[in-house]
Amino acid sequence: MHVSEIASGDIPPLSGYSEDQLDKAFAAISGEVEASSAALSTPEAIEAFRLQWLGRKQGRLKAISDAWLKSAPAEARKLIGQRFNTLKAEIEQRLEHASSSHGAAGLDAEALASKRIDVTLPGARRQLGAEHPVIRTQNELLAIFARMGYSVSIGPEVETDYYNFESLNFPPGHPARDTQDTLVIAGQDRKPLRDRLLMRTHTSPVQMRTMEQHPPPLRIVIPGKVHRNDAADATHSPMFHQLEGLCVDTNITFADLKGTLDHAMKELYGSSVRTRFFPSFFPFTEPSADVQISCPFCGGSGCRKCKHSGWIELLGCGMVDPSVFEFARLKQPAYDPKKISGFAFGMGIDRIAMMKYGITDISLMFSGDLRFLEQFA
Amino acid sequence: MKILTSWLREYVPGIQASDRELADNLTLRGIAVEGVFDLGPDGSLFEMDITTNRVDAMNHYGIAREAAIVYNLELVPLSASCNELSSRAEAERSEAAVEGPAVSAFPVSIEEPTLCGRFTARVLRDVKIQPSTGIVAERFGLLEQKLISNAVDATNYCTLAIGQPTHVFDLDKLEGGIIVRRARRGEKLRTLDGIERTLDPEDLVVADEKKPLGIAGVMGGWDSMITADTRNVLVEAAWFDPTTVRRSSKRHLLHTDASHRFERGADFNAPPVASALVSRILLEAGGHQIGALTDVIIPEVQARTVKRSPIIFSLGEVRRILGPTEDPEGITASTAETILSGLGCTLAKNGHTSPHPAGSAPSLDPSRAVIIESVHSPTSDPQSYNVTLPSWRLDLEREIDLVEEIARVYGYNRFRNTLPAFAGSVVELPHAEKEATVRRTLLALGWTEAISSTFCAAADAALFSSQPNSAVPMGNPLSEEAGMLRPSLLPGMLSMLLLNLNRDVENAALFEMGTVFSGSPERVDEKPALAIGATGNPFTEAEVTFYDLKGTLEELLGKFSSRSLYFDNLQLPSWLHPARSARAALDGASVAWFGQLHPAEAERRKLKQTVWIGEAYLDRLYKHKLRQPVICELSRFQPVQRDFSLLFPNWTSWGSIEERLRSLELAELRSFKPQEILREGKAIPAGHFSLLLRVVFQLQDRTLRDDELQQFSQAIVAAMESIGGKLRT
Ligand SMILES: [Zn+2]
Repeated sequence: MHVSEIASGDIPPLSGYSEDQLDKAFAAISGEVEASSAALSTPEAIEAFRLQWLGRKQGRLKAISDAWLKSAPAEARKLIGQRFNTLKAEIEQRLEHASSSHGAAGLDAEALASKRIDVTLPGARRQLGAEHPVIRTQNELLAIFARMGYSVSIGPEVETDYYNFESLNFPPGHPARDTQDTLVIAGQDRKPLRDRLLMRTHTSPVQMRTMEQHPPPLRIVIPGKVHRNDAADATHSPMFHQLEGLCVDTNITFADLKGTLDHAMKELYGSSVRTRFFPSFFPFTEPSADVQISCPFCGGSGCRKCKHSGWIELLGCGMVDPSVFEFARLKQPAYDPKKISGFAFGMGIDRIAMMKYGITDISLMFSGDLRFLEQFA
Repeated sequence: MKILTSWLREYVPGIQASDRELADNLTLRGIAVEGVFDLGPDGSLFEMDITTNRVDAMNHYGIAREAAIVYNLELVPLSASCNELSSRAEAERSEAAVEGPAVSAFPVSIEEPTLCGRFTARVLRDVKIQPSTGIVAERFGLLEQKLISNAVDATNYCTLAIGQPTHVFDLDKLEGGIIVRRARRGEKLRTLDGIERTLDPEDLVVADEKKPLGIAGVMGGWDSMITADTRNVLVEAAWFDPTTVRRSSKRHLLHTDASHRFERGADFNAPPVASALVSRILLEAGGHQIGALTDVIIPEVQARTVKRSPIIFSLGEVRRILGPTEDPEGITASTAETILSGLGCTLAKNGHTSPHPAGSAPSLDPSRAVIIESVHSPTSDPQSYNVTLPSWRLDLEREIDLVEEIARVYGYNRFRNTLPAFAGSVVELPHAEKEATVRRTLLALGWTEAISSTFCAAADAALFSSQPNSAVPMGNPLSEEAGMLRPSLLPGMLSMLLLNLNRDVENAALFEMGTVFSGSPERVDEKPALAIGATGNPFTEAEVTFYDLKGTLEELLGKFSSRSLYFDNLQLPSWLHPARSARAALDGASVAWFGQLHPAEAERRKLKQTVWIGEAYLDRLYKHKLRQPVICELSRFQPVQRDFSLLFPNWTSWGSIEERLRSLELAELRSFKPQEILREGKAIPAGHFSLLLRVVFQLQDRTLRDDELQQFSQAIVAAMESIGGKLRT
């Protein structure tokens, strides 16, 4: 239907003034409104529609209203008025609806277009600082073990020989001490060996410190910084971070150790990851094991990250050596190796972070280089 | 360590498995094969990584023993006889050649019986020193081991074969018999590496009656070494005390194949076997043995090693420590017995006299009698044993060592994966939440976390220590720049900022949370600290200022509850710019210092742009509780804002204005702030600044009346005037 045809259309007659008759008459006009609003796709059409129905002089609504009200008896005028209000609201709603999908009602389209912005320019970001990859990985590991009932324990970075070595079954002069080149504090020579201060070479001393404070049962994880007198290269740094775990109770078995680490690795890398255990040697555990996980990057088929073996060595662990319990027992008699047992495990947080994020040079993590750190934002 | 599979297979004939399968099976049992290299018809070469406790497996025979256990095969016994032939290569040797005339044994005297438990000496005469041939040359070739001469190669071959270090002397250079004694003070010895060494009275030496011939178990001497002219030889094979060897090795910085083995505990029974093996190889080129083998044994040491008492071992302990296996049958008595006897143990069921299984254990010493006396143990476990341990496994001392051997040989991966039940609860560290809050706040404010070195240079330690002479020096620092334990995180922070600037990263905002150290060699204190450092325009387009750092600290310190937080410029440390830095005090205690790095320091460090740094004592901060939000009911009544344009003399600080306003104690004064400060401009007299002070009044229960507002405004103006302010008109 063409706009001009409606505009010039006749005023429909009213057949009577009963509510029923009025409703019918208004429904017909409403139908006319609907039909003429079908093509409101341009600002021009919207404006024409508005003028056609609501125009002050030639608006059809005014024309009909004038005609009908003029001839109506006084008692019917109120009913007709109400219906005109409803109809007017309907027309306005249609206008509003049509306008809202085509720019603000009444605003000149050109004026709007002149305010165009380039939505492809970068957003004004308020940058968060970047979390350090080691801290991020550490928090992830702590959360996994917290869900398994492990509390966090910490200890000093400067340790005595007793806690770092002797009480962990590295007797004085034992070759096993050679595997952990130690940075020592100056001026220790006059002291008895066990009191000499050094940079802890592992987080394991906190095992002993915690056992001395708390009787079993015990479930702790120990995150922390450790130091060794090692030459730095892409995968070694004299400073690195370990996460140690200790679980002691009656009837803790090697099978429990296997299950615990298998579960933790599945939480860390996904449920399809498998673990396998190899005999190893650590003075403070017996039996001792190295743990490999099936490569989470290639699923075990072999890739660069697993040196094409399908497996990655990630952990050292074992059952707590009875002699370690004997040392703990000096302060906490409940650590009787005949009555309780336990396991301990340790992993390099830096190594896990490096693997996870594909970092090839450990020294980047301790350089403060923002070009590197910002990638963790 | 390199191992030839062809050599292994000679000791354990009948291994059906391929070299690769053998490698996997050994690795699963803790005898780690790191690499397998195909040698074609000569089998494979294994690159091994043997753990430090398994000195017995650092040779071909030891690994062959493990292979024999894996496949349950017999191990070819070794001969302790000089004229008995055990290797194919030696099969053509005639027995007559090695029999010498009956002469009395070579004199050996052990003056330090606790340090040298056994010493064997064998005299070979008329030998020919020449290049090695036959199987020795062949195997050294495959192992890429340097050939020296048949005599020296024989000792190296023996080490590779059975792990027992031996030594050969030119007999004609010896003056009198062998004496094993401690070195004399100031005594000198030129060792085989050509270095003249001054011996320590703690060193054990093998000497003749006149002079030391070698450092026992470490290295022989130059003067008595084998040369092309050597005709007569003395073969030494001995057992030395591990700790003594280790100390000498460390003292003289001489880590040799021999010391590596002796310090981990050699096989007390091996010397006669080793002596025979070396002699057989040497005699292939000619010569003969004179007299019998001298074999001095110290019974006390023998009792501690090879004849150490049996240990009690029970299957109950195996189950208690190891737990369930995939195979529901678990580790049975027969499994345990097979494993332990395969390792060379002799088992007697507790309370029974018959050894099990008698004599089945392969032994380096075929003469070793397997006699088990019944030991009555206090345990009533019917499945317990008295286990006699093999001479070559000094690492086995306790029941748990045998439990480990059971697990190792049975296979770790045949145990189930179980999760232990736990009834306890997870306990948080006291400061965990506080530490997390500090970290979260800084990250949210745009600071990036970094980690720097634990050590710093002495000059930095002095500059950044809060107490003089409290920095702790390292005894063996990684480098001169890492000579001290860091007393502050700032040396690390500054080097990180410098690194970024040197790499043209001009905008940086870093923080580090870490331990700082102070004290003395007697006692080192550790405290948690926080450092922040910023340069360029890391947050916005504008360059970072003092107020960025202050704002960060206000935000951070505001997370903790306190009665007061204020900033002043008292007690500023020397590394800060004296006029552009501040101290933050929480309830009166200093918790942080921050500001512009002192320009002199910046220049010394070649920092090419202004650097802002700060350090907070987290231990002091953590004494405060985290602030708990407290809800204040929202007023339904309109707040009223009033602006005052004031002039102040330049020396007036905002802090004094703030203090004066607070002293009015106007409850209706909801807030106030410096809306604008102009230091120069129209109508600002010299030496003054203009302040636009914005205040907000509000009441909780009603609208403020005009007359009240008037009264408050007058009070504020009067207060400002009382400290030198003037209302601008
Ligand atoms: Zn892979």
